[in-house]
Amino acid sequence: MRGRAPSSNVIGWLLVLPAAVLLVTFTHFPTAATLYHSFFSTAKPSRPAVWVGLDNYRNMVEDPVFWQVLGNNFWYTLATIPLSIVLAMLMAVWVNGKIAGRGLLRLSFFTPTVLPMIAVANIWLFFYTPGYGLLEQITGLFGLPSHNWLGSQSTALPCLIVVTVWKEAGFFMIFYLAALQQISPNLGEAAALMGAGRWYFFRRVTFPLLMPTTLFVLINAVINSFRLVDHIVVMTKGGPDNATSLLLYYIYDVGFKFWDAGYAAALTLVLLIILAAFAMGQFLFLDRRVHYQ
Amino acid sequence: MSMKRIGRLIAAVLIAVLAQGAAPAAAQQPVDLSFYYPVAVGGPVTKIIDSFAADFQKENPGIRVKPIYAGTYQETIVKVLTALKSGEPPQMSVLLSTDMFTLIDEDAVIPFDDIATSVEDKAWLKSFFPAFMLNSQTGGKTWGIPFQRSTIVLYWNKEAFREAGLDPNKPPASWAEQIEYAKKLTKRDASGNVTRWGLKVPSSGFPYWLFQGFTTQNDVLLMNQAGTETYYDKLAVIEALQYWVDLSKVHKVMPPGIIEWGTTPKDFFERQTAMMWTTTGNLTNVKNNASFEFGVAMLPAGKRRGSPTGGGNFHIFKKSTPAQQAASLKFIKWITSPERAAAWGIDTGYVAVRPDAWETGTMKRYVAGFPAAAVARDQLQFAVAELSTHENQRVTKALNDGLQAALTGTKTPEQAMKDSQREAERILRPYRK
Repeated sequence: MRGRAPSSNVIGWLLVLPAAVLLVTFTHFPTAATLYHSFFSTAKPSRPAVWVGLDNYRNMVEDPVFWQVLGNNFWYTLATIPLSIVLAMLMAVWVNGKIAGRGLLRLSFFTPTVLPMIAVANIWLFFYTPGYGLLEQITGLFGLPSHNWLGSQSTALPCLIVVTVWKEAGFFMIFYLAALQQISPNLGEAAALMGAGRWYFFRRVTFPLLMPTTLFVLINAVINSFRLVDHIVVMTKGGPDNATSLLLYYIYDVGFKFWDAGYAAALTLVLLIILAAFAMGQFLFLDRRVHYQ
Repeated sequence: MSMKRIGRLIAAVLIAVLAQGAAPAAAQQPVDLSFYYPVAVGGPVTKIIDSFAADFQKENPGIRVKPIYAGTYQETIVKVLTALKSGEPPQMSVLLSTDMFTLIDEDAVIPFDDIATSVEDKAWLKSFFPAFMLNSQTGGKTWGIPFQRSTIVLYWNKEAFREAGLDPNKPPASWAEQIEYAKKLTKRDASGNVTRWGLKVPSSGFPYWLFQGFTTQNDVLLMNQAGTETYYDKLAVIEALQYWVDLSKVHKVMPPGIIEWGTTPKDFFERQTAMMWTTTGNLTNVKNNASFEFGVAMLPAGKRRGSPTGGGNFHIFKKSTPAQQAASLKFIKWITSPERAAAWGIDTGYVAVRPDAWETGTMKRYVAGFPAAAVARDQLQFAVAELSTHENQRVTKALNDGLQAALTGTKTPEQAMKDSQREAERILRPYRK
């Protein structure tokens, strides 16, 4: 019996090994390497990388574009998450009911998710086009003056937020739909017997039972709000004057247009810290308040 | 798998490796060239390139050219530089002419003067339009060979001109005429909303390129040939920006805010604008899609005529064997020969890069049937180098941000250009010794 303990230990490690190797190679090692490189200057053939300590971070604090980009990302996150979650929940509750053409409705809500972001962005680019775009044709019917939606600093970011919400809500709807179908119909019948209204039932029964799903969706939404930048490349390239540049897009600019690897590493680390803080907060704080069945 | 089979496998691999190592000793191995190229205009560009490579191989059996389509210009330089940093760059690539300084700073490319040493080669280096060589030479050396090059031209809707009581065959020739015509061409409905703009000059993505049209016409340069200085805050530059801003702010002939580059040709087809500035590379696109009679003209003159050049050059990479470099040179000379330069220009809309290409039979016939094709060539005598410096993309972005700030009205042209210049100074300081 004694000889067995180490061998089961070994088997355990062997079982973990494939996943561990993947995690270390593609997650932990790059993270550590990024941290390391963020303390060095960018190597050029004429001058190799040298230790610069916190210089890259000092530059960041003095970089007005960085602060603008961070602010943009804040508003972008703050707007896309609640909007897409509420919309997803509403759509799910709607297509969960017994209505005519339910399959078609579900399909149409889910379609944006299936389309690649680049294609979506190209379609929306023409929706927003001043003069003859779809949006302008609608506002034109009411005699409203033409507006350059993507070309003015005040409306460009909200326009991108709308695209993101449209793209994501359908995806989140699927999770809510699955969760709704897990809720026993007995609960609804019991509530009806007790004379509970539909809103009361949603508020006190359905909504709390959806909380685990909401937590999952919330985490995904936060990650996506930092991760999705494809539409920026197509629609605005971060313009006008950085009004629509988000953190990840700026990292791409610095890393692959300016070839400033050191500064890009420092920026990446900031992104990493923000995401880690969010994930931590969600798991440690929100998780306790979620009721799992 | 049994141990025996594994052993056999290892032996087979070893033999293969040894054979590879011994191969160069057996003479006359074909030279392999990998060649990255971007596609930036519509049409079956990849097919044309593939057939060029196949034709070249037929004539030169000792050389194998492998063309690799690498995406947009930006994606191509990313792939080239990442490949370079991992130690395996391609032997040659077409990249934006403005990336010259970046490639030199990365120690990635060799000057053509190092390998094009024969009398014939030297004559070949001088056979291109001088305007295209401005972005291909620095420090007395030639680093790029023009291939897919363009300039900005003015497209106008002849029907709209007729309707506005203008001569449909007379495009605006000066800054004053451009405003005067655009005013007549701007159409408003009863409630004062614009249904057709007089002029659109795109300002999304890379506004600096269009802006160079205005600055050149105002007779001022944005940078020095060495790529170490910019002149964004010169008075004449600010004046040029003021003219651009005033087109919408004062004269109300151009929509306010940023005008999207990608949708501007469509605006023109949809009669949303009577005139537009865009690349000659769009010529074939406009020819196929405009449902009305249109004209192509040189950009109107301010103090002088002017436009920047644009587009891509051939580069040869340092990390190749001498045999590969010689073979690359052979291919580039072959593909830029007058007949092929002419064919490439006709198929894509790019400006054929050398004067003698315009003297070939095919090109003469094409221009006779479609005179608009020659406008870009005629404008070349007024053309200047596209904005390009060390740390090119960063220095350019400083200007782009300032231009967009001025065009959207968040900064005055003067303030915007001063801010851009300060940022460019900061970036370029280490390059001035």
